[in-house]
Formats: sequence, C-alpha cells, structure tokens
Amino acid sequence: MRMLFQRRKATARLDDELSFHLEQQVAENLTAGMSAEEARFAALRSFGNPALLREEARATWSWNWLEEVGREVRYGFRTLGRTPGFAALAILVMALGVGANVALFTVVRSVLLKPLPYPKPEQLMMLYENSLDKNFSHNPVAPGVYAAWKEQNRRFSSLALTGETDFNLAAAGGQLPEKLKGIGCTWNLFPTLSVQPALGRTFTAADDQPSANRTVLLSWSLWKRRFGSDPAIVNQTIQLNSLSYTVIGVMPEWFAFPDAATPLWTPIYRYKPEGSMTGLGDHEYHVIGRLKPGVSVAQGLSDLSAISHHLHDAHLDNPFVSPAANIFPLLEDMVGNIKPQLYVLLAATSCVLLIACLNVANLLVARGAARRKELAIRAALGGGRLRLLRERLMESFLLAAAGGAAGLLLAYGTVRWLVHARPEMSRVEAIHIDGVVAAFTVGLILLCALFAGLVTSLSTKDKQLLTALQDSAHGASTGKARVRLRRALLAAEVGLTVVLLIAAGLLLKSYARLRASDLGCATDNTLTMRLDPFGPRYREHAQVVNFYTSLLERVRALPGVEAAGFTTAVPGQGYWGDRGFKIVEHPPLPQGQAQFAILRWADPGYFQAMGIPILRGQTFDPNRQLDQANQTVINESFAMQYFPNEDPLGKHLRFDGKVYEIAGIVGDTRYSLAEAPAPVQYYPLYSGSSNNGTLVIRSSRDVEAQAMPVQRIVAALNHDLAVSDVLTMDQLLGKSTLDQSFNATLLVGFAVLSLLLAGVGLFGVLSYVVAQRTGEIGIRIALGAQREQVLGTVLMDGLRPALFGLILGLAGSVAVVRLIRSMLYETEPLDPAVFVGVAVTLLLVAAAACVLPAWRASRLDPMQALRTE
Amino acid sequence: MGKPNDLVQGTLDLLILKTLLPQAMHGWAIAKRIQQLSSEVLQVQQGSLYPALHRLEQQGWVTAEWAESETGRQAKFYSLTAAGRGQLEAETANWNRLSAAIDLIVTQA
Repeated sequence: MRMLFQRRKATARLDDELSFHLEQQVAENLTAGMSAEEARFAALRSFGNPALLREEARATWSWNWLEEVGREVRYGFRTLGRTPGFAALAILVMALGVGANVALFTVVRSVLLKPLPYPKPEQLMMLYENSLDKNFSHNPVAPGVYAAWKEQNRRFSSLALTGETDFNLAAAGGQLPEKLKGIGCTWNLFPTLSVQPALGRTFTAADDQPSANRTVLLSWSLWKRRFGSDPAIVNQTIQLNSLSYTVIGVMPEWFAFPDAATPLWTPIYRYKPEGSMTGLGDHEYHVIGRLKPGVSVAQGLSDLSAISHHLHDAHLDNPFVSPAANIFPLLEDMVGNIKPQLYVLLAATSCVLLIACLNVANLLVARGAARRKELAIRAALGGGRLRLLRERLMESFLLAAAGGAAGLLLAYGTVRWLVHARPEMSRVEAIHIDGVVAAFTVGLILLCALFAGLVTSLSTKDKQLLTALQDSAHGASTGKARVRLRRALLAAEVGLTVVLLIAAGLLLKSYARLRASDLGCATDNTLTMRLDPFGPRYREHAQVVNFYTSLLERVRALPGVEAAGFTTAVPGQGYWGDRGFKIVEHPPLPQGQAQFAILRWADPGYFQAMGIPILRGQTFDPNRQLDQANQTVINESFAMQYFPNEDPLGKHLRFDGKVYEIAGIVGDTRYSLAEAPAPVQYYPLYSGSSNNGTLVIRSSRDVEAQAMPVQRIVAALNHDLAVSDVLTMDQLLGKSTLDQSFNATLLVGFAVLSLLLAGVGLFGVLSYVVAQRTGEIGIRIALGAQREQVLGTVLMDGLRPALFGLILGLAGSVAVVRLIRSMLYETEPLDPAVFVGVAVTLLLVAAAACVLPAWRASRLDPMQALRTE
Repeated sequence: MGKPNDLVQGTLDLLILKTLLPQAMHGWAIAKRIQQLSSEVLQVQQGSLYPALHRLEQQGWVTAEWAESETGRQAKFYSLTAAGRGQLEAETANWNRLSAAIDLIVTQA
C-alpha cells in the first residue's frame, strides 16, 4: 500500500540507485585506463536504455498498473482535447447509441424480464376458456364455469375471479364527480396473489356476499390523489354510484392488478344481482389461479379442461359452454402483446448502437491515418506495441465512457418520457433504472470501446511501419488498406441503415393504411364521451329512458350541435361484447351450434348522428319505448351472414327472451381500425335495459367547444354523474392506434438517425480520400483530364461502398422483415414500394454526401494541388 | 554476439539471495560479486538485476536501506530478511534437485 502514496519519492530513489550504478561503472572504466569521455560512453552503452530499465524496475512495484492507466488516461485526454470537434461528435454519436439502448433495455428488463412482485409468481396463472378449434383460445370465463373450476379442481391452491366495472365516485369536498374503472373481484383475489394491504385489511368471505355491507379497497394513487393520503379514510364511507361503500383498506403503492390504472377493488358477489353469477355461457370475467407447489402448467391445464369438458357435455343445449380450458403464466399473459414490439425496438436500438460504434471507429481510423506517421515514429523508437494498442483503446474507452455517461442521462430522460407516453403499457409502473441497468450500461460502454478501439488498432499493422514512414513522404496513393477498411465499415453502416429504414418504412406504411381504413362512419367534427347512469336513481327502466331522452333532447337543443346520439360503444372504441340470438323464422339450429353478433344498444338518432347510412328500412321508432321497444336494426354483414338469400326486413330475432322485429339495415362499421367489419345487432336504447355507453355529438363548428356545455347538461340532470373519456373521434382513433404510431415513430426516428450517421460517414471518408489524392488529381488535371471525368471518378469512389451497403441491407431486410410481420396491417413484409423507396432515398442521401467532396476534387487548381506535395 | 551468460529463468533470484546471505550489499556490488564468484562466467545485466531486486523487495525476501557506500556516496543496500532466508533454502533445494536431474540426463545420454 505504501508504494501507492510514496511513488514520487520512490521514483527519485530509483533514479538515484541507477545513477550510482552508472557512476560505479564509469569509475571502473576509468581505472581500466579509458579517458573520462570514453569511460562515460562505454558505461552508458553497457547500461542499455535507462528509461526502459527504469520502467522495468518500476513494473515490479505494486500499483504500477494503476499509474500506467492514469498516464494513459492523461494522454487520452490530451490527444482528444487537441481535436475537440472530433471528440464532441464522437461522444454525441455514442451518447445517442448508448442512450437509446439503455432506455429500451430498461423497459424490456422491467416489463418482460423482472419477475412479478408477488411471492412465488411462477405459480400464478391466468385462466381462460377454450374452444376445440382454438378460434377462441383466450375466451373470458363464465361465472358458472369459474364456480365449477373452483369447486372441482385439485391442482390449484386457489382461484379468484375479477371483472371490470365502472363506478361514479360522487362529488364531495369540493371535488368533481369522477368516473372510475374499478375491479370487482372475489374476496380471495388478495390471498391468491399473497399481498397485504398498506392500510386496513383486505376482503373476507363475509364481505363477498349479497347481504354484506358494501366495502371497497382503494389504490395508493387514488387514496393520495382524491383523499390526500389521509389514513383516517379507513372505516369511513364514500359514495360510489350513489351508494355508501366502507373503505376497509388501501393497497401498497407498487400494487397494480390487473394494471396500474386500477383505482379500487370491491367484492363482486356483493354487487352482482343474485343469480347472475351462475351462467355458463356469459364469457365476461378473468380468472387468476395459484397452482399448488410442484404442479406443472400442463397438469393445471388438463385438470381444468377435464372439468370444462364435463360441463360442456352436461349442457349440450347451451352452445356457448366451452369444451376446454386454457392457461398462461401471469407474466406472459400480461406482457405477451407488447413483447414482440419491445424486442423489435430493442433490435432497432442495437442497430443504432452498432452504427454509432462503426461511425466512431470510422472517425478513429481517419484520425489514425492522420497520426500514422507519429505512430510509426514512436514504434520505430521502441514504443511497445502493447503500449500503443492500449493507448488507442484508452482513447476509444474515454470516448465511450463520456458518450455512455451522456447516454445514461439521455436514457433517464427517455425512460421518463416513455412512461409518460405509454401509460397504458402493461407493468409500466415497474419501469425504472436500477443497478442491473447501470451494469448493463457499463458493459455496453466497454463493449463499444473495445469494438471501436480494436477495429482501429487492428488496421495498424507493424509490418507497415516502414511503408508508413516512407509513403508519408510521397503523399500519393496513401494507406490503401486503411481506406479499404473505412469503406468496409461504411458498407456495414449503410447496410444496417437500410434494414432500419425498411422496417421503419413498413411500419409507417402499415400505420398509414390503418389510419386510412374506413370506419364506416363520420369521424370529422364528432365528439364522444362516456357516461354511465348507474345507481339507485336508475333502478327502473323508465328512469333510465327518461334520463336518455331528456339528455339527448337538451344536447340537441344546444346551439351549434347538428346531431347527437347514444350507443354502447362507437366504431373504433372496441369490441365490448357479443351476444347470441335466434332467428324466429328459421328452423332451430342443430344442437351445439350458435349464432352470435356484436351487441350495441342505440337511440333512434344514433345512426344519423354517427353518419352510419341506413341502407334499407328505417331506424327505431322513437315513440316505442320500454316494453313497446321491440325493433332491432342490423348491419350489412349481419344481413349477408345470417340472411344470405332472403330479405331480413320484417323478420324477427329472439334476444334475451324477447322478440324483436328487424326494422332496418345499416352500413358496416369497424369496432377497431385493424379489424374487418363484423355482424352487429342494434337494440333500442329506449327499452331501458342498457345503462352505460357513449354520447356522440356532431357539430358544424368547433366540436370540442361543445364539451363544456354538454357536461353542464349532464351535471344538471345528476350532479353525481361523471363524464369520462371526452375525445373527438380523431383523438379516440389516435389513442386506439397508439401502439402502431408509437412503434412507427420511434423506428422512423432511429432510421433517420442512422441515415444521418451513414451520410456523415460517407462524407467524411470521401473528403479524406480526396484530400489524400490531391496530388494525384492535380497531376491528372494538369495532364488534361476533364473535370467531369474527375467528378465522376470521385463520385463513384464514394458511391461504391454505399451501393455495397445497399445490396447488403436489402438482402438482410428480406430476412429481417419476416420478424415484424405480426406488427404489420395490410402491408406485405416485402412491399416493393417500401423497398424501392428506401433504395432511392439511400442513394439520394449517399449522392448528396458525396457530391461536395467530388465537386471540390473536380475544381482543384492543378498548380495549387501539385504545390501541396 | 551470443549470450553465454544468459541465466536459467529464475536462477537470478537464487544467485542474488545467495550473494546477500553473508552481508548486505548494493546493486553494483551484487553484480560484481556474482561475476567474481562465477569466475567471470556469469555477468548480470543491469536490465535484469534491478527489476529482480525490486521484485524481491516487493515479495519481502530482501529489505533495502540507504547507507554510505565505500566511496562515500549514498547507495541502496539490500539485505536478506528471515523470509528471504527461507526462500533461499527452498530455492537451493530446488536447484540441487534440478541440476542433479539435468546432470543425470546430460552425462548418461
């Protein structure tokens, strides 16, 4: 240890010791009869290289490596400081590469790799019903099936059921009413997950039955936001849907089941109407189970499937009872959708990093070329090969370290932005930069440094030492190997860029297709908002109908409102659910077969308000309300699928125990932009059976300005009723295509960045080549070469690596695009327009990057050029 | 020019330790002493001597202190430590075994 702190003294002593030796030698030579000068030279000669000797002696000291590293760091700083522009550029490039990678890795690790925060998470399974043909492999579970599974299974230690349910949290303490998408769950959800509340208690079996007091558990964020983190909230009551619920506890901050946006949980058997939780065909719920220790996923599956099979066979008259079950580990179930996207993005950022490294290597090679003579001289004077190699590695390490540090900051910002931009992403709450990510960053930096440094160093061969010393004297056709290396690096860079560009182009095209697909209804100047008349004030159908009619009447009377309507869900808002029906005029279906279609409740004015054309017949009769509301409207797909060769008008559908006459046929709409139109059955809102949905307002003027007046009308009708998701149709569609636009935007960003880097690389290499060949070009021009000829030669020189890279990239893309096939919508992976577009773009950029150096070469004044020799 | 005085790898340590056994010496004297004792056959180059001395010092087999040399100048005198004595014994035994073995091969073959 002492050696570390007394180096200066020790070094002086070493010099002293060696000079003593030298003096002794001189003295001996003198006594042997040499002259003073001779004696000194002979002594020095026999002594050898004193600097080397000193280094070798020092090399035996402990901590010497530290000193050498310190020195190399100093040298590195000094050489980089001499070219601050180069250093800044290289650091920026590295920072972008490292930053993007660290950010994406953080997300991938937090979302996909980190185990769920529950004890023994590998035992947790999401359970689904399954059809034999696998068309419904993720079918939600019917409550009766859940009950059977729970009672009869032998492989699970517990099963819990959850369902989404909307609540209107009443206005209180000066706060507005608020619509909350809560979770109804069986009481054992929390024991199944093995979680404890942060405050209070979780549910007991006694809470989870129709006769119990109404109880609710709050999420940490709702507690903080709405109740000011007041621990006294426990055992107090809050108003949900105008009913009193006792708050029994608050869940911990990290708890996010089924997702981070869930604000509250309440026992499901308490609020579901008695008898509604026994159906075997209403696939509405999610079921989570914990496998007993040592039980495999396959064993759990076969256990549940056997039960489902028995149920199916015992109820052959009900075609909606599934014959099998399906089971997925909870983590896989949560992140399965986002997995391919994240991996594609990670692959893209890796490409960017590789390109960044290639670019820095390229810049270092160029610098190496400029410093070739210096290095050759140092090698000739006995500079150790290892020492020189280490120095260059240190230089690239310093660049990578600075780039990495900047990249980490960039990643920190990016991750925060990402979490903000994608709040609906599964496990978004788990995303943060931690020790593993920091270690990953350090590893990445080392890897970059090693890569950039080694590529550069390997191009400096000792064999070329003499040539280096010689040809720097001549100037003509210098360092061919080096230029070749730079061209190879460039071709690789261009190749990767092409792959990124093509992937980005495909996603962009797919997104454009998606946004261009016809919803089948109006999307301009259309405002939507969700609104659920829940609670004791709407217990009777007549009360519900009364609410809708007065709401629509007042909204339509607003100045500027052209039309208004109300429905379960507007096109593009999602599937929402289907229901079975029977056609009264048709013979009964064979046992086990069923007909079903998407279910929508709508008011008579909805089709006009939404701009859905009525093709034949008419809309609901507004005067037929409640029990008299016995008309139905179907869409074109419905008519084609279920009435292939007959006129559906006047026929009757039996739905939910009631018979409806088909009054009209309307145009097809899409429930999601990415899905083809499906059969839809519309039933009259004015029957009063539906108490939730979306209000649609169409206006000739700025439709967003209608949001406030409409909400005032709602508040006037019931001041505890909350309005949510106030969105124009454009915003709604933008939200529903967030995934695609996000992926396309990011990938386009990465691709443009790579294109820029490749362009800069091309420009740099060609400028360098031109500078090297100044003399040669001067001679050519002096000998009568046409300037156009020179321009062409130099241009081709630069375009050649770009062409190589382009071919490489196109070939690589053909293989790579298959991987993103699942992310594409109505776009072929080998879309010729995208491939051609990318090729043309790349050539244009390459040409632009090459034109300036080439033009400069052709403008050379031969006299000037020759004089630079 | 050949190098007849090239030492078998590792034997320089043995020679230095052995030389230092009777008394403390500075580097120059050690080199001279080895030369002298080997009847001018072994010439220790400075390039090997000082790194070896510093290595031995790092390993704790010799210690060094600055003292006045015979010419009146300050010089670094190396002396054997207790650990160095142990090491000398071990290396001597090792050398004997090795040289006997080499001798067997060289003379019998």
